[in-house]
Amino acid sequence: MSRQWPSGIAGREDHKGRNVAKLLEVENLQTHFVTPAGLVKAVDGISYEVGEGETVAVVGESGCGKSVGALSILRLIPSPPGRIVGGSVRFAGRDLLTLGEEEIRRVRGREIGMIFQEPMTSLNPVLTIGLQLTETLRQHLPVSQEAAEQRAVELLGMVGISDPRRRLRQYPHHLSGGMRQRVMIALALSCHPKLIIADEPTTALDVTIQAQILELMKDLTRRLGVALILITHNLGVVARYADRVNVMYAGRIVESGTARHIYHNPSHPYTLALLRSIPRIDQPRKTKLNPIEGQPPDLMQLGVGCAFCPRCGFAATRCREAAPILEPVAGGHLSACWEKVRLAEIRRGAS
Amino acid sequence: MTAADTMTPDIPLAGTRIPQSDVLVSVRGLKKYFPVTEGALIPRTVAQVKAVDGVSFDIRRGETLGLVGESGCGKTTTGRCILQLERPTEGEILFDGFSLSNLDRKSLSSLRRRIQVIFQDPYSSLNPRMRVGEIIGEPIRVHNIEPDRRAQERRVHELLDVCGLPKKFAGRYPHEMSGGQRQRVGIARALSLRPEFIVCDEAISALDVSIQAQIINLLEDLRDEFKLTYLFIAHDLSIVRHLCHRVAVMYLGKVVELSDCDELYGNPLHPYTRALLEAVPVADPAVEERRQHRTLKGEVPSPMNPPAGCVFHPRCTLAVEGCSKALPNLREMKPGHWVACTEV
Repeated sequence: MSRQWPSGIAGREDHKGRNVAKLLEVENLQTHFVTPAGLVKAVDGISYEVGEGETVAVVGESGCGKSVGALSILRLIPSPPGRIVGGSVRFAGRDLLTLGEEEIRRVRGREIGMIFQEPMTSLNPVLTIGLQLTETLRQHLPVSQEAAEQRAVELLGMVGISDPRRRLRQYPHHLSGGMRQRVMIALALSCHPKLIIADEPTTALDVTIQAQILELMKDLTRRLGVALILITHNLGVVARYADRVNVMYAGRIVESGTARHIYHNPSHPYTLALLRSIPRIDQPRKTKLNPIEGQPPDLMQLGVGCAFCPRCGFAATRCREAAPILEPVAGGHLSACWEKVRLAEIRRGAS
Repeated sequence: MTAADTMTPDIPLAGTRIPQSDVLVSVRGLKKYFPVTEGALIPRTVAQVKAVDGVSFDIRRGETLGLVGESGCGKTTTGRCILQLERPTEGEILFDGFSLSNLDRKSLSSLRRRIQVIFQDPYSSLNPRMRVGEIIGEPIRVHNIEPDRRAQERRVHELLDVCGLPKKFAGRYPHEMSGGQRQRVGIARALSLRPEFIVCDEAISALDVSIQAQIINLLEDLRDEFKLTYLFIAHDLSIVRHLCHRVAVMYLGKVVELSDCDELYGNPLHPYTRALLEAVPVADPAVEERRQHRTLKGEVPSPMNPPAGCVFHPRCTLAVEGCSKALPNLREMKPGHWVACTEV
């Protein structure tokens, strides 16, 4: 199924209304997996943009396609079973999906950096930190070994690792989880990328270390003007750090807008239900939480209608018959819900 | 310091003023050290990991006590010692007045029926080769509670129903279920022996956001229905606040603060508790913009070689010279609010 890029978003403004140049445009991206049990449409036509220097969060629960969507940008989907079957990813004037193998390798790590959830699995355990940093630098940039080492020391200092010269000779297992994630950030920043994709960068970390790492990432991306795609399931992290937010459910973006749009005017029943289901530390204790009933959908058994329909309190006949498209609710705020007008009225009435 | 020292009258124990008849679980001067050995043939102990280092608290009947802290602070080891899955190095655990460490196998087994556990990961804590009905029914068979097979089956169906699962799930295998459904099976298994006390070890953490609230509500409903007492071990501070009556904050093997839930969150006193609460992001961008984001510097030191004096002093903003010398004891600042810090 093809979906149109919603009109009215072409003239890009950031969350504060300033004009920003587009850096990345994902359009109607579709990534499917062929499994013995059937075809899984992990990403089923998502479209969004990232402006220069902007932090865009992609939120959703496990299996909603948020990681697959981000990995597809750099074509890091194992194939088989995965395949990017449609759409385009325009970055710096070209479509990343049509580049040759050699060309996309030069984009990965050079123009777009990556940070993964578990740094122990993304760092090579048998190579020193220093070797992994200098290797990346020399792979992508025309620098001497000495200059690369100098830069590696600088980078480790920049991400707050003390005694960087000694650390260069250490192996990943010598470092704590937080320190390893700092090394990953140094690696991602090493070649002056314009964009960093961070896939659940702090999920494996403790809350005080999570705060350290996220503050560091915010500080560095702002200072160096690097855009960030932050993939997470933590709604608190998104509220603290993101400029714009895409909410995903069952392989599609169901709501998109600035962080304030999403949190103060949620216009998709899923977003609304998610926000109402979490206990908040800054509000009086509630007697009972309002959970979202039912289970996340099986992507192999999606019907023709809206995927959230079976768990939705606003579902109408139309919702079972056709999938809603992502349409504007207000300037730059999009929602894929047939009942979004009724939802807005009810929400206004309630508040 | 030995357990006996901890119990001398001039160092009051947190929560000791609770009438003994109201206390279901009592942890007294608990220590658990794990030896670090070297040498393959003749291992010799070269160091000790002080996972739990002198922890005392009481849990009242019908109460949910939260045990929070970051990885490695000893909260899970404390839970495992209470469950008798670890033998404490020192100290005592009393359940309903009985000391668990002095019991013979037979009496321990009958006490064990009253103490159950719900683990974090519903993927690894259920046997993949057993059907759900067998998993839930196994404790009933082991303890020989319902000799009649029919009655066993009825009990399993009842338990499934109580935990919000349809009866037909008894015939399914764990891999056929979602994470939330598996956690419900884990809860049904814990309930199968009609326990009084359940240790919930990160029982919510592995679940998706939309499922977490379902399981929290289930745990609350069960608590009310069966008058359960929980030890709720978790790192998510907003969930602990929602579910618990009292909360103990642990850092590097020690309880640093213990208080009623609302008092602890409204008026945190220990600098570590404050830092923890400040680190929790709130799901509202407007609130986040106003908040100060001071982050705690450094990392948790190794429990093999914890700092002298107050274990938190190297990262503490309030630290003075004395903090590196003497270990602060828990002091009662307000009725029921205990803090192990000399500078608050």
